[in-house]
Amino acid sequence: MEGITGNIATVGYGLATIGPGIGLGIVIGQTQIATARQPEVAGRLFTNMMIGAALIEVLGLLGLVAGLMFT
Amino acid sequence: MLPGERILSTAAIALPILAETEDSSGSGFHAPGIDEFFPPAIFGSTDLDSWWGFDRIMLVRVIMMVALLLLLWLGIRRAKLVPGRGQNIIELGVEFVRVQIAEQVLGHERAKPYLAMLTTIFFTVLTMNIAGVIPFLNIAGTARVGLPLVLAVWVLVVYLAAGVRKHGVGKYLKAQLFPPGIPWPAYLLITPIEALQVFILRPATLTIRLLANMMAGHLMLVLCFSATNFLLLEGGGLIKLTSALSFAGGIFITLFEIFVALLQAYIFTLLASIYLNFALEEEH
Repeated sequence: MEGITGNIATVGYGLATIGPGIGLGIVIGQTQIATARQPEVAGRLFTNMMIGAALIEVLGLLGLVAGLMFT
Repeated sequence: MLPGERILSTAAIALPILAETEDSSGSGFHAPGIDEFFPPAIFGSTDLDSWWGFDRIMLVRVIMMVALLLLLWLGIRRAKLVPGRGQNIIELGVEFVRVQIAEQVLGHERAKPYLAMLTTIFFTVLTMNIAGVIPFLNIAGTARVGLPLVLAVWVLVVYLAAGVRKHGVGKYLKAQLFPPGIPWPAYLLITPIEALQVFILRPATLTIRLLANMMAGHLMLVLCFSATNFLLLEGGGLIKLTSALSFAGGIFITLFEIFVALLQAYIFTLLASIYLNFALEEEH
């Protein structure tokens, strides 16, 4: 066994995607539930979902940027 | 170990660090890295200490801007009451920004002065993003920090100016930094957070969201197509067949990138109008 060579930053980005992944799952899933209950406000819900998703997404992307910056 | 298995696993894992050691020979797997976004200069120099330089990404930006202006001009040159096909597409975009973004967030009356800015931002971001999937251009104009930063600073200046014009400096800062309805010791925590939010984090996250999305998309595209190239040309025997997989992956990501380009233009414009809305809101 010669051990693994590589950069730990790649693992870091993988970890950084977990949190936003969970967050996006909750946001999108809850929007689906809410839309199913009240289809008449679907437009407003979608806009709010996009805003929330955009805020969450930035966290995952910070991981990507950090991975590229600090290698 | 099967012949070619080592090559395949290298390409499949595609750790940038692994490939860097093999790159020097001229062949081997070329894994994408941060260097993709800093091509050598065409004119001038892109070193840190030089005053100006003009490289491939700048060229792509200029080409896309000219193309956008040309298309808009051609589309509305003979604008008619009953729009033709070209005018129809442009009106679709303008209408989308006005109805779906600006008026939904800001309301009909308040949206009016900012429609021009929001429409400009939407079309600019969309055009620059879509360059990432156009053959021979192959890189988004927004894939480097300059353009997203300029747009985000523009949004920052406009929403600060809008707030100050509406409420006056003192009242605007008070409304933003000292949200009413909380016990006063909480201001020790809330005020620095809100100040950071208003002056730094909003434009910074606008920049990073757009930049990193286009960067990640470009890296995925490069990864897929350079893996295809590598597997097809240098893979042995049956390994060549796996290049079809990575090629299909590349096509999929190209389509996905078109979706992301639209989505990011939408989100950038949406967040810009939301920040404007925060600035224009009446005090509660």
